[in-house]
Amino acid sequence: MIRTENLTKIFSLGKKAEPITAVDRLTLEVAEGEVFGFLGPNGAGKTTTVRMLTSLIAPTSGQAFIGPYQIGRDDQAIRRMVGILTETPGMYERLSADKNLTIFARLYGVRDVPGQVEKYLRMLGLWERRFDPVGSFSKGMRQKLAIARALLHEPRVLFLDEPTSGLDPEASRMVRDFIEELRKSGVTIFLCTHNLDEADRLCDRIGIFKTRLVAVDTPQNLRASLFGRKVVFHLQTMEPRWQEVVRALPFVRDVQMIDRRLVIALDDPEAHNPVIVRRLVEAGADIQFVGELRHSLEDIYLQVIRAE
Amino acid sequence: MDFNRILTIVDKEWAEVFKNRLVLFTVSFMPLLLTILPLAMLYFTGASGEDLVGDSADIPPQFFQMCGQLSPIECMQYFLINQFLLMFMMMPLIIPTAIAAYSIVGEKTTRSLEPLLATPITTVELLVGKALAAALPAIGATWLCFFIFVALIPVAGGTPGLVSMALGPTWLVGILIIGPLMAVASVNMAVIVSSRVNDPRAAEQISGILIVPILALLFGQIAGLIVINPTVMAITALVMVVIDAALVVAGARLFQREVILTRWK
Repeated sequence: MIRTENLTKIFSLGKKAEPITAVDRLTLEVAEGEVFGFLGPNGAGKTTTVRMLTSLIAPTSGQAFIGPYQIGRDDQAIRRMVGILTETPGMYERLSADKNLTIFARLYGVRDVPGQVEKYLRMLGLWERRFDPVGSFSKGMRQKLAIARALLHEPRVLFLDEPTSGLDPEASRMVRDFIEELRKSGVTIFLCTHNLDEADRLCDRIGIFKTRLVAVDTPQNLRASLFGRKVVFHLQTMEPRWQEVVRALPFVRDVQMIDRRLVIALDDPEAHNPVIVRRLVEAGADIQFVGELRHSLEDIYLQVIRAE
Repeated sequence: MDFNRILTIVDKEWAEVFKNRLVLFTVSFMPLLLTILPLAMLYFTGASGEDLVGDSADIPPQFFQMCGQLSPIECMQYFLINQFLLMFMMMPLIIPTAIAAYSIVGEKTTRSLEPLLATPITTVELLVGKALAAALPAIGATWLCFFIFVALIPVAGGTPGLVSMALGPTWLVGILIIGPLMAVASVNMAVIVSSRVNDPRAAEQISGILIVPILALLFGQIAGLIVINPTVMAITALVMVVIDAALVVAGARLFQREVILTRWK
């Protein structure tokens, strides 16, 4: 649904200053219905990428496609097909929620303007406040309204820039649940976020970006490629010889003894855990429980960004 | 160009801008004042009668030639209202500046331009919508006030001769042609200034620089250096066409998606 080939954006800052490369040869594919997390530090070029993919600014070189449409050639069609939630909601504060949405529905050429406005105001719990000026809304309500605005024309691709930024836990949960609902309805979602836990929960794949795409994969595969897979055996008592028993197994890459735990690095825990359990029991170990050591997305992100 | 989208922008601008009391005050008070003041002047000069004839020595001799068949009192009245007619030409400069400055700087500060630019609207449609929203009330108010003024000249003691002078080619060109040209200049000046400042009042004040040539005409006429006649108006109209062309090109260059999103701070 989203495809880029060597997408590059260089900003010229005048004759005296050096040009700045904001996005460097981004090549990426996001499938239809996928939730793609786009992570990166501040100033990494994420917003510039989103602006190019929503036909707001033109790439310096390279190509990008949203569905069948090419950026720079079919910009009008792309804008009809995509919805965008910008980092700041950017609502008309003196106007009511209803008026704000009505304006955008008309600009998007929505057929049943009142119907669509009502649908999304009700869906996001703003129907009772529809005639209140947006200036009187809380930050969470404005964010909900901005989400409604992005969805009014039923876009097939949705770009969300920090959708839960500054929201309280309840409002964040509501937005996340809403993204889950959208995923079920087949909308392709391109999610820029600093909330790594959110990305871990919502995204099918993650791209780590710092001017260029540094890593891209599913969260599970990123964990495996960066840290390998590790299993923790909690034992009732610990004897050093059990570490050697495990180390002798051919598929074990590493074993560490931490208190009464054995942390074992291996590639295929599903296949090899039963073998390890058997060997340890034969050697006299009492196993309390076994679990996979799961690195957080934050660990992955920091590892990748620091390596840059 | 999609006129529905342009009308949506006009509707949005009016809905938003006219909720701002300061803008509403500028848009309604100034036309009201500039209509009432010349009528009051006319009434009081008419009431003063022959006493004013002695003051007619202050009128530039070239102006007397324009008075034609008018009596000295009528000529004095025409000279006085001529100054105010120049002020009518300021309306299409001041009103759009107030509206456009609040509309563009307001969008900049609330960051609402990016979602707007992400819709299928073209940049030209957006600029035209904003320009119409700012210029139409100004042109409408100017025309309405001018014709109310002309209609009330007899009520304020003016003679039919004065009415026909006010409806002569000089002021019809000034109000009907130069007025809209002024409004176009004003809107584009507001776009240019708004791209650089973040305070609507600053935008309004800087854009107000366009009033200076009108003030020059006003004071030039009072000082007897210029007489506003059809030739001066025709030259002014031509100069305004050139100024408008330059400002439209500069405004359109600044009002591009990429420039707005990446350079407007």
